[in-house]
Amino acid sequence: MSKDKEKLFSKQNRALLTDPLDDNNPITVQVLGICSALAITVKLEPAVVMTLSVIFVMGSSNMIISILRNIIPNRIRIIVQLVVIASLVAIVDQFLKAYAYDVSKQLSIFIGLIITNCIVMGRLEAFAIGNGVWKSFLDGVGNALGYGWILIVVAFIRELFGSGELFGIPVIPQFIYDLGYTDNGLMLLSPMALIVVGVYIWIQRYFNRKLIEKD
Amino acid sequence: MNRDSNKHTYLFAAIMVITIAFVLSFTSESLKELKADNIKKEKMQNILSAVGINVSRDESEELYTQYIIEELSLTNNGDIDNAVSAFNINLALEIKKDINTQRFPLYVANVDNNKYYIIPLRGNGLWNAIWGYMALKEDINTIKGVSFGHQAETAGLGAEITQDWFTNSFVDEKILNDNGDFVGVYVTKTNNDPENTDKNDNEVDAISGATITGDGVSDMIKERLEKYLPYFNNITNE
Repeated sequence: MSKDKEKLFSKQNRALLTDPLDDNNPITVQVLGICSALAITVKLEPAVVMTLSVIFVMGSSNMIISILRNIIPNRIRIIVQLVVIASLVAIVDQFLKAYAYDVSKQLSIFIGLIITNCIVMGRLEAFAIGNGVWKSFLDGVGNALGYGWILIVVAFIRELFGSGELFGIPVIPQFIYDLGYTDNGLMLLSPMALIVVGVYIWIQRYFNRKLIEKD
Repeated sequence: MNRDSNKHTYLFAAIMVITIAFVLSFTSESLKELKADNIKKEKMQNILSAVGINVSRDESEELYTQYIIEELSLTNNGDIDNAVSAFNINLALEIKKDINTQRFPLYVANVDNNKYYIIPLRGNGLWNAIWGYMALKEDINTIKGVSFGHQAETAGLGAEITQDWFTNSFVDEKILNDNGDFVGVYVTKTNNDPENTDKNDNEVDAISGATITGDGVSDMIKERLEKYLPYFNNITNE
């Protein structure tokens, strides 16, 4: 480790936060955490709550593992990571049940399934186990933001075209319906999430040429 | 310190488990009341929705005390057992008990001077439990309204039982046949009455692709309502 004091938001640290939004997006580039992205993006509200939950779980678990990284016994490190994630998820679940009961019912098992979200454990094993606390925190939050960004984009498109609403508030004016427009029920079904993510990947690669494989 | 020694590994694991156990039980205990309150209010919301009163969860407690005038626990013979609080009966556990020790919760509502009997339902769908509430009018024959819930029915098929277009088809249906015998309400595909205009046929139109869930609804209504017949006979004979 270098002795030079690094600034809190040095270029390198900022990259930890911003890389996962585009160049290294967990969903569209690494293709991790897809299943929850399909299931909870019918409406914006659960997508936002899921994003916040994942930011909390990833930021905290990355920090905790990073703090303990020098005393965690190597042989049980995967178990330790899992216990930390599972406990944080259980805490989130309890809080949602107490303070956001309706949303917790919509998210149902998917809150519990954050535990098995490949992104979380992937970042612990790939980053937090070998890096400092602050950097690990940024990396966790950055990846959670990259994941949440996709959730929110997909949920925005699906809720707008599927039910004509945003956050449950109708946004498409009545005269458009009077002209013969109808909401596209297909948007509410899971396969459309996959297609929306696919289109996003296509557009992203059109603008970000370095993501395109050489051969 | 050798962090890969057996001693360190065991010590680390032990401390970790104890710490986590403490943190989790502390969180769970400190949020217990709020969680229980949510569940209680949701139950009140569901009971009220069976008589056609749709309220937000925050208002449900106030309106529940306003409209529900009695909560009764009935025995198998139709007697009232005051020792058991009807609202606190957990139907999922209760229906597993022996028929003679079971208590059947019944809610009596008074809405705009009309009396309704609200019966909690619970049965099995295709994948897991289904439940609901059925409100009967004072004649103990005509259905005022129903609400259903489910654990894990197929989305778009069986899960549609919670939707208004399905529950609305129960309104004004009868649970007794023309001779006055109890038959329940059948969810069926062969009723020649898809518009559901005949309210005396004890049948509602089923959902295509949700046969087993629909049969579950029929069975649940029949099995549960039967248990209340002794009580209803008692009050109509008085």
